[in-house]
Amino acid sequence: MADQARFAELTMPYMSALYAAALRMTRNPSDAEDLVQETYLRAYRGFQGFREGTNLKAWLYKILTNTYINAYRAKRRRPDQVDLDEVEDFYLFRRLGGLEAADATRTAETEVLDAIPDAEVKEALESLPEQFRMAVILADIEGFSYKEIAEILEVPIGTVMSRIHRGRKQLQKKLWEYAQEHNIRPRAETTTGG
Amino acid sequence: MDCEHAMYRVYEYLDGELTMWRRRAIARHLDECPPCAQGFHFEVELRQIVASKCHEKVPHELRTRIAAALGIEPPPDPGDPA
Repeated sequence: MADQARFAELTMPYMSALYAAALRMTRNPSDAEDLVQETYLRAYRGFQGFREGTNLKAWLYKILTNTYINAYRAKRRRPDQVDLDEVEDFYLFRRLGGLEAADATRTAETEVLDAIPDAEVKEALESLPEQFRMAVILADIEGFSYKEIAEILEVPIGTVMSRIHRGRKQLQKKLWEYAQEHNIRPRAETTTGG
Repeated sequence: MDCEHAMYRVYEYLDGELTMWRRRAIARHLDECPPCAQGFHFEVELRQIVASKCHEKVPHELRTRIAAALGIEPPPDPGDPA
């Protein structure tokens, strides 16, 4: 099979996921489209050096991430050196009353999450500072391991862990803020769903 | 293993990043402590919901652009009838 066809066959299935990640990174559809296209072109050019059987998905995400960093961070000389407030463990679950209600049904808490519109969840994720956002996207949306993320982002595993953990908690805080503003609360008693 | 220690490791546990020994210690705690077990479960569900709410449909135009740039036939949009 021609290289071109082989490349397409292997990489096209990842386009939706790469596009979703690109949107969360750039926060802008037209930048996301350009980023995905550039990622495919770079990947194609580098495909000769890619060994089949190795981690194709991680390889594509590394290209996506590097392209993003080079193209979009060039505008700013350095990444924002930001830190996040300490957020306690089980932040959202606690706020939703999960630890107090002895017989809490998990449905009550997850219903709150379901009630938050998709667009608001995306916005909450996109509001995280870049380094935390990237780590959470790679871990929670794409399911990469800490080691894979460390290789994609070229940072030590300890840094990856810290970014994922803190990013997730910050995301919970944002979701809680949204739920509060819109008065979305767990129902006291679950009723039989229809 | 107490609640505080279990919570401290919640993400590493759920991410499958602990050694077997530590995993087992936490699993034992979760068996004995329903509030922690529910909290852990909530974290799993939260992640699934966030991931499911962040899906995106690739614009048809982008598929066409990439295919053209690579010199291949544009792949059909997933979900489209063949």
